[in-house]
Amino acid sequence: MGKSNDTSAGTGGISGELIRRFQAIVGDDAVLSATDELLVYECDGYVVEKKLPDVVLFPGSTDQVVEIVLACNEFDVPFVPRGAGTSLAGGCLPVGGGVMITLTRMKEILEVNLQDRFAVVEPGLVNLHLTQHLAGTGFHYAPDPSSQGACTIGGNVATNSGGPHTLKYGVTVNHVLGLEVVMPDGRLVELGGATEGLAGYDLTGLFVGSEGTFGICTKVMVRLTRDPVAYRTMLGIFETVGDATRAISSIIGEGIIPAALEMMDQGIVEAVEAAYGFGFPLDAAAVLLMEVDGLEVAVDEEARRIVEICDQAGAREVRRAETQEERQLLWKCRKQAFGAIGRLSPSYCTQDGVVPRTKLPEILEFITAAGERHGVRIVNVFHAGDGNIHPILLFDERDKEQIARVFSASDEILGKCIDLGGSVTGEHGIGVEKISFMDRLFSSDDLEVMGRVRAAFNPKGRCSPAKMLPVAGACGMEHIERSHPGKQAAP
Amino acid sequence: MSGPLAETEGAPPAGGSIDYGRFLDCVHCGLCTAACPTYLETGNENDSPRGRIYLMRGVVDRRVGLTDNVRHHLDLCLDCRSCETACPSGVEYGRLIEPFRIDMKGSRAVGWFERFVLHGLFPYPRRLKWALAPMRWLQLLRVDSVARWLCLDRLLPGTLGRMYRLLPRLKPVAARLPEVLPAVGKRRARVGLFTGCVGDVMFSHTNQATARVLQANGCEVVVPRQQVCCGAIHYHSGAAEPALEMARCNVAAFPEDLDAVILNVAGCGAMLKDYGQMAAEATLKDTAMCESLAGFASRVKDISEFLVELGPRPPLGEVAWRATYHDACHLAHAQGIREAPRKLMEMVPGLELVTLPESDICCGAAGSYNLTEAEMSDRLAKRKVNNILSTGADVVISGNAGCTLQLQAALRQQRRSLQVVHPVDVLDLSYNTSNAAD
Repeated sequence: MGKSNDTSAGTGGISGELIRRFQAIVGDDAVLSATDELLVYECDGYVVEKKLPDVVLFPGSTDQVVEIVLACNEFDVPFVPRGAGTSLAGGCLPVGGGVMITLTRMKEILEVNLQDRFAVVEPGLVNLHLTQHLAGTGFHYAPDPSSQGACTIGGNVATNSGGPHTLKYGVTVNHVLGLEVVMPDGRLVELGGATEGLAGYDLTGLFVGSEGTFGICTKVMVRLTRDPVAYRTMLGIFETVGDATRAISSIIGEGIIPAALEMMDQGIVEAVEAAYGFGFPLDAAAVLLMEVDGLEVAVDEEARRIVEICDQAGAREVRRAETQEERQLLWKCRKQAFGAIGRLSPSYCTQDGVVPRTKLPEILEFITAAGERHGVRIVNVFHAGDGNIHPILLFDERDKEQIARVFSASDEILGKCIDLGGSVTGEHGIGVEKISFMDRLFSSDDLEVMGRVRAAFNPKGRCSPAKMLPVAGACGMEHIERSHPGKQAAP
Repeated sequence: MSGPLAETEGAPPAGGSIDYGRFLDCVHCGLCTAACPTYLETGNENDSPRGRIYLMRGVVDRRVGLTDNVRHHLDLCLDCRSCETACPSGVEYGRLIEPFRIDMKGSRAVGWFERFVLHGLFPYPRRLKWALAPMRWLQLLRVDSVARWLCLDRLLPGTLGRMYRLLPRLKPVAARLPEVLPAVGKRRARVGLFTGCVGDVMFSHTNQATARVLQANGCEVVVPRQQVCCGAIHYHSGAAEPALEMARCNVAAFPEDLDAVILNVAGCGAMLKDYGQMAAEATLKDTAMCESLAGFASRVKDISEFLVELGPRPPLGEVAWRATYHDACHLAHAQGIREAPRKLMEMVPGLELVTLPESDICCGAAGSYNLTEAEMSDRLAKRKVNNILSTGADVVISGNAGCTLQLQAALRQQRRSLQVVHPVDVLDLSYNTSNAAD
């Protein structure tokens, strides 16, 4: 790495002097500037739009991040942070090139304090590695996005990540107590802290979900959650999608907060069954994966109520996972569902919308109709409990005409989410992918206030330019023609 | 984008013969990254499975040339297949990197190490025994310890020095196993025992233990004299034809009526189980041979896998160890065997099995990787040893000869006296202890 920089230079917008400065800051082996090594950094999990960074840096400490940011300011070049690059919305795309600050070498667990229930970690730590490190202590880190085996805590902070268990336990912002942040001008600040009820503005809450536009976090203080003593995991089988969604609304309406409440429709069940052979009935229109957790004495009663509600909603059958193995297999089916789609179609595009729970039947009907209207097969697997839908549009990327139809269907579905009082992203973030929806989601006054907040943190706009907020009058991305929808193989 | 990066037109690029659909299977989600040992070490996506697929595809698409940088990142891959376990889309990464590397090597001259040692010595147990005879004498006379103490071994050049340091304390070569060993008690199965090449010379005691454990479990054990190296050393370095010839020899050597062909080396097991695929890739015209290769492959079982399926005789003798289990890549990722060895170990009275952090992250042995990519191999060995030491175990259990050599060498280097043993060694010990008590 970095040993041979002889290939045609990719450092178009960056001077040799700045490269040498970076080498002095982080060391030769932490600087990539040859085009052949920059190639893999041209996109993340969202492969529709691509742009090579001019240089990729791997800082090993907060001090190095500060030095890098100061140098970027001095030379007036843009910079963007990156973790594992699993964003599905182009959150790590270096729009306009510049410096990519990759935090994967800052991955230490600096402190674990079980008495006060927090841990301090570096941003490049993989989400699951924290929970693995805590195994046996009786605590875990609650946010569990499906990509938790690869995505970083820093990336989770940037996008305010969710996951199946966020229905009960909340999203990332509910689990971040404090942050150390390198501001876009190079100042180092500490936001929040371990003590509850800190005075001053809740800047931690503001920073979480800012998608890299407020600065670069270099330390995260996260809340640790006690492992539940007992689980009950159930599978509800329904004849119609309507029955299943009615059951969801009734469960939440009863005041029961399941640890997870996930829905898979017939199409996805077919794929998952082919992959893992759990024994799902292939003729059911929808299945609900439901889990309650808590104290041993409480979970049986909640599980019993859920079974009753499902029966009333017209469920064909409610099964219980009787053993730990069955529970794990059921969760594997859910978490790996996206991968199983390869069995249905060569390419697919996952959308990420949110609607109020009571509108779930309506949006699902709309999705089916949109699929029929545009001749696109759509299957559904989603976090039903919090109304976060993930319609998956199946297509063949070699057929340009199909791709156009997938675009139209996606846009209509997301538009409908907004009309129903929802949003165009539940957990993937805006990134560059959804930026054109911002003016439909928000009024110009809303956007202006957001723009002013960003300007307070990032007045020069050098940190993560052209992300999240449309630039005044234009979103800044119109010049890039969309060629491929959503998540699928790189074109 | 394609302009400035493109290589000169003309000869087909490396990897051009790979089915392009295999590249398209990767949807670029990145879920593989944290499963990759080299990415865990460098944090550089060029050293991750997703990055390597992107580089290979970039070369095929002529977006990037086969530069020294690109070669370096692809050479650094351990081929441990950890990414295949992590991939939700079912990308067969091994079937991308292996043919690509063969192409990449292309006309590059084959070095002395590959020709004489990898291909000329390792696959032949008899040659290897003779080659190691002087070492055995040096060890017997303790000359090697003195040399090591004086750091004289550092004077050995490059690969030779590494080979020397990997060499374990050689046990006396056990008497050759007879061709047929009877079952103890009622016969429950008739199985073949694959004894391997490097493994048979360095760990012949484990082969003896395997035979005894099988016998104790009511298996008649056949040890064909005509069996040869599994062919993995050749196959993974691109020499498909000699590998196929070895496969043919092995199919001919083992009688067709065996219930199973048993191995105790994960690397060889993965190769033997792949014989059917190997035949398919070679597009053999001889369909009968293809079928017999595939049929043979379907009967191949790792010893742990086989015993758990058969229902093992409970080990009753106490083995009072605090031990930890390391997942060999070719067992966990290539063959999907994780639970069976752990189940066996949990049956042994007195054995306390402690969870090893990152148990399925490669130890850096990876076939001959520890001889060809020394720096990364050492980093991974150190990572593994640190994880092992964090468990406080006295014994490491590993189901692959290559891992055992690597772990022993790494522990020696840190002057730690932990033993590294095979699951079947533990079972054998337990059976023997209980027999002695009877």
